[in-house]
Amino acid sequence: MTEPVISLRGVRAELGSRPVLRGIDLTVRRGEVVALLGANGSGKSTAVRSVIGQVPVSAGEVELFGTPRRRFRDWARVGYVPQRTTAAGGVPATVTEVVSSGRLARSRFGVFRKADREAVRRALDLVGMADRAKDSVDALSGGQHQRVLIARALAAGPELLIMDEPMAGVDLASQEVLAETLRHQVAEGATVLLVLHELGPLEPLIDRAVVLRDGCVLHDGPPPKAVGQHALPGHDHVHPHAPAGAEPIRTGLLS
Amino acid sequence: MEILNYAFMQRALLAAVLVGITAPAVGVYLVQRRQALMGDGIGHVAMTGVGLGFLLSWSPVWMATLVSVLGAVLMELIRWYGKTRGDIALAMLFYGGMAGGVMFINLAPTGSNANLTSYLFGSLSTVSESDVTAICVLAAFVVLVTVGLRRQLFAVSQDEEFARVTGLPVRALNLLTAITAAVTVTVAMRVVGLLLVSALMVVPVAAAQQLSRSFAATFAVAVAIGVSVTIGGTVTSYYQDVPPGATIVLLTIAAFVALTALATPLARRRARALAAAQPGGDPAECVIPASRKAGDEVGA
Repeated sequence: MTEPVISLRGVRAELGSRPVLRGIDLTVRRGEVVALLGANGSGKSTAVRSVIGQVPVSAGEVELFGTPRRRFRDWARVGYVPQRTTAAGGVPATVTEVVSSGRLARSRFGVFRKADREAVRRALDLVGMADRAKDSVDALSGGQHQRVLIARALAAGPELLIMDEPMAGVDLASQEVLAETLRHQVAEGATVLLVLHELGPLEPLIDRAVVLRDGCVLHDGPPPKAVGQHALPGHDHVHPHAPAGAEPIRTGLLS
Repeated sequence: MEILNYAFMQRALLAAVLVGITAPAVGVYLVQRRQALMGDGIGHVAMTGVGLGFLLSWSPVWMATLVSVLGAVLMELIRWYGKTRGDIALAMLFYGGMAGGVMFINLAPTGSNANLTSYLFGSLSTVSESDVTAICVLAAFVVLVTVGLRRQLFAVSQDEEFARVTGLPVRALNLLTAITAAVTVTVAMRVVGLLLVSALMVVPVAAAQQLSRSFAATFAVAVAIGVSVTIGGTVTSYYQDVPPGATIVLLTIAAFVALTALATPLARRRARALAAAQPGGDPAECVIPASRKAGDEVGA
């Protein structure tokens, strides 16, 4: 068995007073591609955010590369792709400027050398956005924006990629580019943990699926096969994503 | 240029240029973080510092710097910890700061509300030798931070969560931004006044955004606008005998309106140039392709 890159043991977390994770175990080993699946509100995103320290853990242990997360400092080894909604500043920024932020983990005191600029350009090449390098990110489509965020995560040359719903609201053409980028990273030995709504075009890449429900691990093993209508080629879910914490829409039809 | 023959005008112009550089340089990060009105809040808090300066017979500029830095740090702490009632706490801080200023200045033996007015709306012609020294030192600090740490501050202001995962000291950088904003407020206090500081932090950035597509260009154009309006406002106030602070702010807003009017046809031309540059052109009308592509599949 290879060494674990991510290791969660009995992790509990609350948002407000509501328990979101009720003691989950999750191990991702070097070179593995693990999908975290589950319905909205099952705790997928919270689990991932507890790994990177965005959500305080009330019990249990989180380790990154064998180091307790609190003492982990080697962030250049981790590439994080947040849900697309989080990255929007009030001032225009170009694709290159946004991707350059990802390189800060490697550059000393934020001084960019030639190697850093090349790394940014390479990351943009990988996601097929090099021709848009000087464009404002506001002018991009959802799929293109997602590719920029992935390039940002790749700019530091990470060994571990953590992605929160990289395929949500992404057009088919961009989905293909993302799948190809990921294939390339995996072939080079990257470890990947992704939150997904469904396996979709990434299915062939995924070694293991962990399914959460109500903050508990329901399944940990080979990815479940899609059945029925969901298995048809070209099938695509489009979910309107409500902002976190919003009340579900009550139509009165079910109550 | 007879205007430069007077020592007080030399000092006023120097102070005005430094404010023109520093206010938009900090403002661009505040706008990026969507905290455009933070400068206004700090301005209110700084009034307590001015009042204390008069009461204790210390330099009002340095006292205002101290108090507004403390206020800015407190605001940042409220933002971290007090999530739900944060706005109420901020309101109390702002108006407490303003009331404190009025109270202290009236308790001071040498102070009156007339002194306060010169800090509220600026009083360029009374900028003293020691004020200029203080303004130069503080402005150097602001430029060092906003230019030297531009990549880090950009990353934190753009996406705080991601910045934390790149290992940046996000809390320290947030505090530094708040402190730099507080310092800028006191730099600008003598020129445009505490109540108008925020305009010079925000409006040049908003004006620059009308033309720019990148953060670097927004930064540069905002500073250029800032310097132009502060010099323009100072010179105008000398010849026309109008208040410099108000003149500068009105000029800034005029620059915003002018650039907005200019930007619309410019954006249209840019779009046309882009369409012409694309192979086969980018048709404005719908063209139904002969065959379907992968992206057209709707599936069932």
